[in-house]
Amino acid sequence: MAPIQSAEQTVLAIRPEGLPAFWPADNPWLHALVFIVASIAFALVMVIVFIYVERRGVARFQLRLGPNRAGPEGVLQAVADLIKLLLKEDIVPRLADKVVHLLAPIVATVPAFMVFAVVPLWGDGAMLADLNAGVLYFIAISSFGVVGVFMAGWASSNKYSLISAMRGVAQMVSYEIPLVMALLGVVVFAGTLSLNGIVDAQSIPFALLQPLAAVIYFLAMSAEINRTPFDLLEAESEIIAGYHTEYSGMKFALFYVAEYGHAVAGAAIFATFFLGGWKGPVLPPVLWLVIKMLVVFFVGFWARATLPRLRVDQVMGLGWKALLPLAVINVLIAAVEVLFWPSGTTQWLLVPINIAIGALLVFLWSRTVSLRGGRVEVRTRAEVKA
Amino acid sequence: MKSEPEQKSKRSKDKKRVFGAGIARGLRVTMKGLLGRAITTSYPEHKLVVSKRFRGNEFVWYPARCTGCSTCAKSCPHGNIEVVTRRGNNAYEVEKFEIDTGRCMFCGLCVESCPYDALCLGRGYELAKYRRGDLVLEKEAMQESEKRKPSGYFRPKIEKTLPAQTLLIERAGRKSRKKKESVP
Amino acid sequence: MEATETRTEPFVINLGPHHPSTHGVFRMRVTFDGEVVVDVEPMFGYLHRGIEKLAEGRTYTQIIPLTDRLDYLASMTNNWGYVMAVEKLAGVPVPERAEYLRVIVGEMMRISSHLLATGFLINELGAFFTPLMYMYREREKILDLFDMLCGQRLTYNYMRVGGVSHDPPPEFWPAVKRFVREMPGYIDEYEGLVTTNEIVLARTKDVGVLSKELAINASASGPFLRATGVDWDLRRDDTYSIYDRFKFDIPVGTNGDVFDRYMCRIQEMRQCCRIIEQALQQIPRGEFRARLPHLVRPPAGEVYGHIEAPRGELGFYLVSDNSIAPYRFHVRPSTMINLTTLRDLTIGWKLADLIVIFGSIDVVLGEIDR
Ligand code: SF4
Ligand code: SF4
Repeated sequence: MAPIQSAEQTVLAIRPEGLPAFWPADNPWLHALVFIVASIAFALVMVIVFIYVERRGVARFQLRLGPNRAGPEGVLQAVADLIKLLLKEDIVPRLADKVVHLLAPIVATVPAFMVFAVVPLWGDGAMLADLNAGVLYFIAISSFGVVGVFMAGWASSNKYSLISAMRGVAQMVSYEIPLVMALLGVVVFAGTLSLNGIVDAQSIPFALLQPLAAVIYFLAMSAEINRTPFDLLEAESEIIAGYHTEYSGMKFALFYVAEYGHAVAGAAIFATFFLGGWKGPVLPPVLWLVIKMLVVFFVGFWARATLPRLRVDQVMGLGWKALLPLAVINVLIAAVEVLFWPSGTTQWLLVPINIAIGALLVFLWSRTVSLRGGRVEVRTRAEVKA
Repeated sequence: MKSEPEQKSKRSKDKKRVFGAGIARGLRVTMKGLLGRAITTSYPEHKLVVSKRFRGNEFVWYPARCTGCSTCAKSCPHGNIEVVTRRGNNAYEVEKFEIDTGRCMFCGLCVESCPYDALCLGRGYELAKYRRGDLVLEKEAMQESEKRKPSGYFRPKIEKTLPAQTLLIERAGRKSRKKKESVP
Repeated sequence: MEATETRTEPFVINLGPHHPSTHGVFRMRVTFDGEVVVDVEPMFGYLHRGIEKLAEGRTYTQIIPLTDRLDYLASMTNNWGYVMAVEKLAGVPVPERAEYLRVIVGEMMRISSHLLATGFLINELGAFFTPLMYMYREREKILDLFDMLCGQRLTYNYMRVGGVSHDPPPEFWPAVKRFVREMPGYIDEYEGLVTTNEIVLARTKDVGVLSKELAINASASGPFLRATGVDWDLRRDDTYSIYDRFKFDIPVGTNGDVFDRYMCRIQEMRQCCRIIEQALQQIPRGEFRARLPHLVRPPAGEVYGHIEAPRGELGFYLVSDNSIAPYRFHVRPSTMINLTTLRDLTIGWKLADLIVIFGSIDVVLGEIDR
């Protein structure tokens, strides 16, 4: 029988059985404090690690050496950049909406770190709050980041920023649905909305059981966190720096942290949902999680180093015409499988079946959906006048 | 006339591949890049050897050989060279020899035209200055020294003594059989 | 509730002169309806240095370094076009070996220039510098060789009236041979990275289509023209220098879209390798520079000399009054004339396509503004 919990404990959904014996699980405030500090520290350290890994990694993809000056092998580069940005002048455009301009980076950054409340970072149940609706919480929070982007784009009173903000909103709206649909397949298999429960349910990583969902989720996630080939928001060759064109100094640093914070959160969530989270032999759970996150992130910046970006209407087209129907079909198949397939050891058999189904669907879609063309008939000014 | 792009574009139009096949091919190429060696160097520590004919950011001038004929000054497209001479005992003495490297485009025409090999381009390249005035090279500053070495541009004798240039093609080329190449 | 009228309004953006992908200091005044381009007004002149006027006050030899600064990504061919015009005007014979050297460096310049053109095109498509860095690697090799040849990496000042300034050093030849041998492999690598990539195909196929008629009417030239299907290359159709001695194909596109332009450049690089290979085999020993007086003094008259520069037809129009400097010096810049089609190509496409189409024209502002 579960011990009686206080109201705070219920909100945090602390599971004392997952924590060590000396843990102050009966004191929710202490528990919350420790985990909040630990989660944010984890996220910030991972942001620095990701920045370093990406900069060095992309440099190696490009046959360069990458930053190797600050500290041994350049590990302190992010710190050096931060100090530089702190010392820089904070420029606010004269026509900017000052308050919104100031709030935007904060609004963009905070959700990235809030996500970590429900991610089992340190082991089974060792998390801030094991919400039984963790997936919902994650979806609600992660889609909030775009508000900051939109605020920034709007408040800067810069046309490039505004275009970027518009793109951001459109992209977010279109990709939220396939993202959720892809997660639904996982949830159907796991039978729970708690992230810890989902990790527990993965005797076989869901990346194998739900390959199509994993791919769709990865693409949708890349779109949500603006990474190539969906980095429309910061399309450097088109709209300079997008929504943060008019930001400098610490505010820009916040956007930078937000960008990588979302990447860290995305990688952590992907690892949790599809790669078995903290599960793994020998090494401590948190290290396993970090390794898996780095793997996910590596694929991300590998693609970034290789691929050009899609155009805005093609991104929308891909989301609505390809990812969404595929995700819906995937949920359907997952539901049928869960209904008729007794879970247990024979679940292994589903792996090749699902991979085959996924490959077949991708093949069918690449035959039918085309993203080519895209010219719009317009009337030029002269024609309008005539 | 064979028109290859025509065939190519037709082929890729007819053969619709699975979405992702081409991307995978690209990913493979970049992966090879990741596993390969970097082609850049850490600059101030590892310097590459410049070309023997390097047209560097400084001039070397030999007062003993210069007759003050001013051919160099005349051949400069921008008129950067100022030569003032005075009649001496037996020959002209060069009173002033100045090159304004702030306006110089290092075309080398002055060096090319000097009939007495008295003016050479240099091999230095880290010569940024804070003031434009510092870029005007004077007589004394232009003579050969430990730091100021002449380059082999239009000076074949000097060229022979210089070290071989580092070539990227040797550092980052494909490994191939060493073959004796003929010199046409 | 009161019904409020909602309407959309086109807005104007000044793209450039300081924009990451305007290839220097080009400015477009673009009217957008949402993200769709409604009107484009190109504006240039930010890089005007008055080279044509400067040249009138300089001797024929002193102009050569000025031509380096026209199309600064293909200085060798600028030098070549100019000295060819002067040679035509003054009736100077060019030694065989010099012609071969010119062909070799000219074709290497074409490779280097096309590498940058395609590399930046992919960059403008949004790739994060990787294809560009790969192409830079090969360009760097070419620049190394040019450096070995004439001591500079960008402004060569290599050609002279009646020849070239230097004979290559002995270590030049094995390096060039090695380069030509390896280059096709590298081109395959770029193709693997770019040509079959679905995103590139989706972004470039049927985008920015230039019709044959428009191309001819705009007197476009170079790969930009050939991509539309017009089979026109000065190296073959108005043979200059010794191009009639080499076997090479002229790649021609079909659609005239961005992809065909890219493909034409890639194929042309392969052909360049072929030409260099043949030139390396045929090159004779001997003089590399005709013996001429220090100052060239062509007879009074006028001349138009043109060559197939990497970006199209590069022409030099010279009027001589039998002095040591030209009376009039005029450049027919290839990219500026190609650029005149920009408006027709881009209207109706999105902002992202505008950048890509502009990139596919492959302009160099040094030549446009002069
Ligand atoms: S290098 Fe050229 S520009 Fe410079 S001083 Fe000599 S002739 Fe004049
Ligand atoms: S450097 Fe040469 S060209 Fe110039 S004045 Fe002296 S001798 Fe004459």
